[in-house]
Amino acid sequence: MSFFIAFLLVLAFGSLAYLGVESGYKLTFAAIIPYVAVGVFVFGFVYKLIDWARSPVPFRIPTTGGQQKSLDWIQTDYLDNPPNKGWTVGRMILEVLTFRSLFRNTSMKLRWQDGEPRVAYYSAKWLWLFGLAFHYCFLLIFIRHFRLFMEPVPILVKGAEFMDGILQIGAPRLYQTDLIIVGALLFLLLRRVFDNKVRYISLLSDYFPLFLLLSIVSTGLWMRYFGKTDIVGVKQMTMSLVQFDPVVVDSVGAIFYIHLFFVSILLMYFPFSKLMHMGGVFLSPTRNAPNDTRMNHHVNPWNPPKKFHTYEAYEDDFREVMVEAGLPVEKQLEETPETEAEAE
Amino acid sequence: MANVPTPEELLNIDYSMPQQGWMDRKPVFEDGNFCYPAKPEIIEEIGFPNPRVWSPKDDDWKLPENWMEILHDGMKDRLSRYRSFKLFMDICVRCGACADKCHFFIGGGDPKNMPVLRAELLRSIYRKEFTTAGKILGKLAGARPLTQDVVKEWFYYFYQCTECRRCSLYCPYGIDTAEVTMMARELLHLLGIGINWIMEPVRNCNRMGNHLGIQPHAFKDIVDFLCEDIEEVTGIKIDPPMNEKGHEVIFITPSGDVFADPGVYTFMGYLMLFHEIGLDYTLSTYASEGGNFGLFTSHEMMKKLNAKMYAEAERLGSKWILGGECGHMWRVINQYMDTHNGPAPFLEVPKSPITGTVFENARQTKMVHICEFTADLMKHNKIRLDPSRNDHLRVTFHDSCNPARGMGFFEEPRYVIKQAVRNFFEMPPSTIREQTYCCGGGSGLNTDEIMEIRMRGGLPRGNALRHVQREHDVNMMSCICAIDRATLIPLADYWAPGVGISGVHELVANALIMKGEKKRTMDLRLEELPGMEGE
Ligand code: SF4
Ligand code: SF4
Repeated sequence: MSFFIAFLLVLAFGSLAYLGVESGYKLTFAAIIPYVAVGVFVFGFVYKLIDWARSPVPFRIPTTGGQQKSLDWIQTDYLDNPPNKGWTVGRMILEVLTFRSLFRNTSMKLRWQDGEPRVAYYSAKWLWLFGLAFHYCFLLIFIRHFRLFMEPVPILVKGAEFMDGILQIGAPRLYQTDLIIVGALLFLLLRRVFDNKVRYISLLSDYFPLFLLLSIVSTGLWMRYFGKTDIVGVKQMTMSLVQFDPVVVDSVGAIFYIHLFFVSILLMYFPFSKLMHMGGVFLSPTRNAPNDTRMNHHVNPWNPPKKFHTYEAYEDDFREVMVEAGLPVEKQLEETPETEAEAE
Repeated sequence: MANVPTPEELLNIDYSMPQQGWMDRKPVFEDGNFCYPAKPEIIEEIGFPNPRVWSPKDDDWKLPENWMEILHDGMKDRLSRYRSFKLFMDICVRCGACADKCHFFIGGGDPKNMPVLRAELLRSIYRKEFTTAGKILGKLAGARPLTQDVVKEWFYYFYQCTECRRCSLYCPYGIDTAEVTMMARELLHLLGIGINWIMEPVRNCNRMGNHLGIQPHAFKDIVDFLCEDIEEVTGIKIDPPMNEKGHEVIFITPSGDVFADPGVYTFMGYLMLFHEIGLDYTLSTYASEGGNFGLFTSHEMMKKLNAKMYAEAERLGSKWILGGECGHMWRVINQYMDTHNGPAPFLEVPKSPITGTVFENARQTKMVHICEFTADLMKHNKIRLDPSRNDHLRVTFHDSCNPARGMGFFEEPRYVIKQAVRNFFEMPPSTIREQTYCCGGGSGLNTDEIMEIRMRGGLPRGNALRHVQREHDVNMMSCICAIDRATLIPLADYWAPGVGISGVHELVANALIMKGEKKRTMDLRLEELPGMEGE
């Protein structure tokens, strides 16, 4: 159900852009909506980060995935159980750049052998692999796009393009990332459909971004490999956008506007969706804090007042039996208990 | 313990997902699958709101009139106080990496026991109450209205999470469903919904000093009794100081060690070790509980119960605190104690009086784990051991969730065990250390009324244990947690019959050669040592 709604939604957005452009709202789709989208993205992203950051982290609660720092002769697992900021940064870098936690993934199966149940664990790295592939391809493609926004084209962008097309297949030269990203997105989508557990937990907001990204990628691919879109015209338009003097080049076909509209939707959707995991991963309290609360003092900004059942109140309750049992007491029996019982 | 299915019956687990969407399914409360609610007088005594008599099986839970408002405000308040909560509500991508990591899902197949869906139970309400999209789009945005059924469902599923954090280890963003569960339980408490198995220990601990409500004289009696057993085994008379001022160390252990088998053997082990090395220590009846069930109710309650440790150490003029083998006690000490109740300038950075080792890793909390302490003694050859006394044991080690994923405590106990026994075997790697599986009874769920749920949750651990039993004839599972020492016994009987459960210091004490001891013919359980029977 959600699957189809998400699909239809993306289809509707595409049609909207097509109809819009065909009925002459080119400037709206080429400039106004993208400007708004970038604005919403930047504002929303920052707003969300600030919103999270406004809530304090009262306690250090890292998930410790390795040996703590203890006696000198015991090997500390610095990356999975960082005792200080430096190693925590290391842990975060690996987390963000290599999806280390996801790399651990296993899948569980209950099978029978010799009349006994066995809970077996298999390494399950596909999600990690395709997840990583998607993110890196996305990054590279993103970088490649700077060719359209910069003059002269920076050396870094040229380098990325060169590496990406190093196989030198076809003309225009095939970028590997273009292939891989389609494969990865399809994997992520099909996994949602065919893995019954994942299908069961999936919401509209899980399918929608996948369809949206697929649409962005496929319109992009169409322009580059099949539609023979006027790339000079496109660059003219994108450059005009960055120079805040938007122009419309007539030779650029509708498909470009649709592509751009999809991208705009993505930008506007981003800050209010699960896609914010991009920003959130840096703030995750189970990963970005050192495991040092036995070593250093941390302050809880809203630390509640210390209230507890005091020893005095306890002794008042039990003085008699304590004396009888020969346990030391602060006040002897003849002294009448004066201490206030704990104020609740 | 009635109505627990046999292992064969229980293993009929259906991992396929239901046709009906999860928002439309309601939990069914049947005897044996829910914990009993806390008694009103107990809730009242510890000052939690809305005490009343109610039963999960009733249609009407007698929620306070403005319960929606209470939940909304409670959630809002917690969203503003815990970044973890806010973030974990927002960034889950429902990738499902955590889905088959939870022992309750593995042993039961109930989709809402997949950590991601467990969190969604709360997230769906968060979206409805606190996000614009959720308010407008409702179900399409993964939001649903707050109804009494939701509250019931929370009670059902957040008391089927042992806060073990295994799911968090695998999540690419470190989303910790245990943290979500803690929030959900705090929220339920605002409505007077809690379980007796947690609240009564909390009340007892607050008043009497320990979970079981053992009064000071009874506490002393039990210790005396255990000392008699020690004398019978070793011929050595021990008289541990209690509530005495001016000793260097105050020793605090979970009260389960004083009360229940096989914890008592571990407790005897501590006393024998302290006697042998001549440690200058005292026990306390006022702070006679290491475990902190406050962790399972609210942060404020956790703080309140924990505060006694420092207070008592200060009153008795001790220099530092030594802590016994306990799971969640150490999570509290590692992650919360100093922030809640520190700093404690009246204490000193712990230094072993025997080896001179300064415990730098505890320089702030001033509290050392007994396994760290003993490992250090062993490393410096300060105690003599005869591991052959444990030769009849083939031992494996169960990492408790809390010291594992809330502390990173792996090598110390292993080192200690390997010094004390000669036959040690690890369970499969995906079930130990940071990947360890819960005993199925953590976070206050170690109650018998939900034995079936516990046995389901215990499947992964039990199966790994069965594996080493089959492969290596393992007959003893050692652990460093008092809840484990209680919960693993039925678990082993059920999934790997024939395996016993012990603490680590029981093994140490059996191997410990004490000055002036008589020839040992019995272990601490007063059972004959094979090959060393008396003439
Ligand atoms: S692993 Fe993390 S992100 Fe993935 S479904 Fe579970 S909680 Fe969500
Ligand atoms: S914390 Fe443990 S019990 Fe709770 S959902 Fe995660 S894996 Fe399951």
